Amino acid sequence: MGRLNAVDVVLWALRLLVIAVVVAGTIGTVMKDRYDAAQWVDFVLFGLTIGAIYAQIALGYTMVYGVLRLINFAHGDFVMAGAFAGYFVAQPLDRSGFLDNHPVLGMGAILIVSVITSTSIALLTERIAYRPFRRVVGLAPLICAIGVSFFLEQTFRGMFGSAVKSYPSPTWERASFNVFGFHLPRVDVLVIVLAVLFMGGLYLIVQRTRMGTAMRAVAEDGEAAALMGIDVNKVVVFTFLLGGAMAGIAGVFYAFVYKQVYFFMGFTPGIKAFGAAVLGGIGNIPGAMLGGFFLGMVESVGPALFLDGLGIPAPYQLRDLIAFTLLIMVLIFRPQGLLGERMAKKRA
Amino acid sequence: MRRSILIGLAFGAGAVHLAVVGVLLMLYQRSIIVGTLSLGQAVLLVIAGGAGAMAGRPLPGLVAGAAASVPIAVLAAVMSFVPLQSIFIALSPALYDMLTLELGLAAGIGVLIGAGAVAGLFGAALRSSPTAVRRAIFPGAIAVAIAGVFQELIQLMLQQYEDSIGDFREFIYTWEGLSPQGAVAIFVVVGLCSEVIGSVWRRRAARIQVHDHRRERMIWAGLALLVLVLLPALAGSYIGQVLMLVGLYILMGMGLNLEVGLAGLLDLGFVAFFAVGAYTTALLTADAPHALAHLSYWAAMPVSVLLSVGVGVLFGLPVLGVRGDYLAVATMGLGEIVRVIVQSDFAAPLLGGAQGILQIPKPQLGSFVLGSPVSLFYLTLVASAVAAFVAWRLENSRLGRAWMALRDDEDVAQALGINLVRSKLLAYGLGAAFAGLAGSIFATMITSVYPSSFQLLISINVLALIIVGGMGSLPGVVLGSIVLIGLPELLREFGEYRYLFYGAVLIVMMRLRPEGLWPSDVRQRELHAADETLALDAGADAVPAQPR
Repeated sequence: MGRLNAVDVVLWALRLLVIAVVVAGTIGTVMKDRYDAAQWVDFVLFGLTIGAIYAQIALGYTMVYGVLRLINFAHGDFVMAGAFAGYFVAQPLDRSGFLDNHPVLGMGAILIVSVITSTSIALLTERIAYRPFRRVVGLAPLICAIGVSFFLEQTFRGMFGSAVKSYPSPTWERASFNVFGFHLPRVDVLVIVLAVLFMGGLYLIVQRTRMGTAMRAVAEDGEAAALMGIDVNKVVVFTFLLGGAMAGIAGVFYAFVYKQVYFFMGFTPGIKAFGAAVLGGIGNIPGAMLGGFFLGMVESVGPALFLDGLGIPAPYQLRDLIAFTLLIMVLIFRPQGLLGERMAKKRA
Repeated sequence: MRRSILIGLAFGAGAVHLAVVGVLLMLYQRSIIVGTLSLGQAVLLVIAGGAGAMAGRPLPGLVAGAAASVPIAVLAAVMSFVPLQSIFIALSPALYDMLTLELGLAAGIGVLIGAGAVAGLFGAALRSSPTAVRRAIFPGAIAVAIAGVFQELIQLMLQQYEDSIGDFREFIYTWEGLSPQGAVAIFVVVGLCSEVIGSVWRRRAARIQVHDHRRERMIWAGLALLVLVLLPALAGSYIGQVLMLVGLYILMGMGLNLEVGLAGLLDLGFVAFFAVGAYTTALLTADAPHALAHLSYWAAMPVSVLLSVGVGVLFGLPVLGVRGDYLAVATMGLGEIVRVIVQSDFAAPLLGGAQGILQIPKPQLGSFVLGSPVSLFYLTLVASAVAAFVAWRLENSRLGRAWMALRDDEDVAQALGINLVRSKLLAYGLGAAFAGLAGSIFATMITSVYPSSFQLLISINVLALIIVGGMGSLPGVVLGSIVLIGLPELLREFGEYRYLFYGAVLIVMMRLRPEGLWPSDVRQRELHAADETLALDAGADAVPAQPR
């Protein structure tokens, strides 16, 4: 046991280090008082926006993991596919002025096309790449999923080129709302509201419909569900359909917030959203939403709150560092997540 | 009938994918036989032939082959009516000309489908033909393809000995590629040779009764090694450079092989160790403001390796308790953290930030500078040989067996008295040592290090090559590096499509041959034992292998 204690010491040191950085950084920032209230509001709003997008992506991870016990490594690329499809609709609509004059119709068209694209890619992936691994235990499915992710990225690169394309920015989204003297950019508010609406819809589908009930049953115990007459294949397809649709929407939002699309764009948000899903307890749908918002907040507020106070130059470059550290800390110290996963006893 | 049409359409969809992504046009621009057959056309024919072979008997084969050409014909038709290039950049007029053979739409489609049907018929016929025929045709066709595709390199090599074999070269090659009579000659000669060797081999094998796979393989490995050693010296600096890269990936592959192949720890942050090795060498030797010292390369290399081991252990410590797929994500996160830090302004005073560290000197032996790619290749070769010896001894040691037990079942291994902490940390540390050595050589090879050289892509490359070669198998690592690193490097224009290929390779290998092209003996036995019971193994081998 002596050696094991040494490991524990290291783990505790790691915990203390992170806590020390957070506390010291926060104190430092508060003492320095470099940011005014408007800037903090900006950080928080941006955190909520990006968090809403992470939450949508995390839902896809969590649902697929719940049903198949598979980390769908390619999920971030479904997001990318949605963003690309949306781009090829948004671009001509913007040029013809349609998007400026009919924001609702235009956004509707963009979202519908991107959802169709992401969903069909998700379904194809499931059918071709994942279904043969349904009963396989071990690393093979994960490696296959990594392969799918690469294949999709490079396919899009081949089809549309490797250059970064800039998303159109219609006039109506450039304005901002004024609330109590704070400027809230319209894109951010729009993304948050729409994302919450879509996620609410998804939650209702999972909770209230027959198919959603079947999905929860399969997540609980696949074999028992099959014995009860549930068509597991149908449930899996339905899961990928929901996840793909959410990924498509998230892709469009992500592209509207960051104003660009390129073939590798799905990777980082994908990994972060996986972290969010684990944070909320994988397999747990409200947990994934909460995890997404939490991650977005930490990532957006973190550089200013924790790192700036330590005197680190250009803390925004280290935004991903914060997100990945959170991801790793969760995987190490609380793999069951904040809310507890729904099938804790299932995972060996 | 319906089945063969479906098979054909599925293969055809693959062809359309290649066309839309741009691979087809790129392959089209490489010819196999000048003016007669391009690589792109050959690929279309092979696709149709494959569909035919899968469909089985001749008539279904014919239908499948024709059906395999239909999607691509439809694509050509669509392209002639709708300009798609503004969205799909690969669908250019050049591709249209290639697909229709510049004959116009109707005739072009006719030829496409006709050729597909013939290829399908041929594929089906080949499948049902006796082995003797296949044994002649496959090697012959492959030899022609190699001679045609790599004509530039081969001609360059042959030209060094122009006075003795100049006539021979001129018979086979024109100055722009393989000539038709050369192709026929190569096909016949290689086909006959393979026929003769094959039948001799088989007769001998029948006589000896027990076929000694091990020895046969040793001979092949020895031959390959000999070629590896001699080729760069004979073939010049370009080949030397390619082989040097292959050597570096062999080093890294052997390192990751210890972690993934033996210990079952799927580490996607492997590139971090490579980066540590490269940056340490850079900081210790470079003639730059960031350098900490100006040691000679030979002093810096062991330090780099040791530091990599340290980082490997440091890396492994926090993730000791993380298992399986979570471990993959956690290590990937660690790797990304390293990259973000190296790139940031925060670490720039020490590591040079995005500008990197320049002016790393080449290693010196006495007064001889290992400056050329060929001499650096020999350095890599020696390093790989030493590393291979270490890896081989490790594999058969107590530690190696402990790793394999760990891979198969962690809980059982612990119950049997294996110290999990020690074994896992050793796996990370030793794996990192290999990568650190590779990084150190890499730094002196390109004489500068940038954070952008250490992307996640490298981890994926290494993972792909050990999976293709066979997890846990040393010769597999060599084979995997040659196939995945060497070949794309030789087909220079292939460069940007190599990751597409890697992705496809990962999926296909996991489905069809999870044990790899050159599996380790242990794996092989395990997989065959697992034919009847469902293998619940922690590795990639849970799909029973096809009986051979």
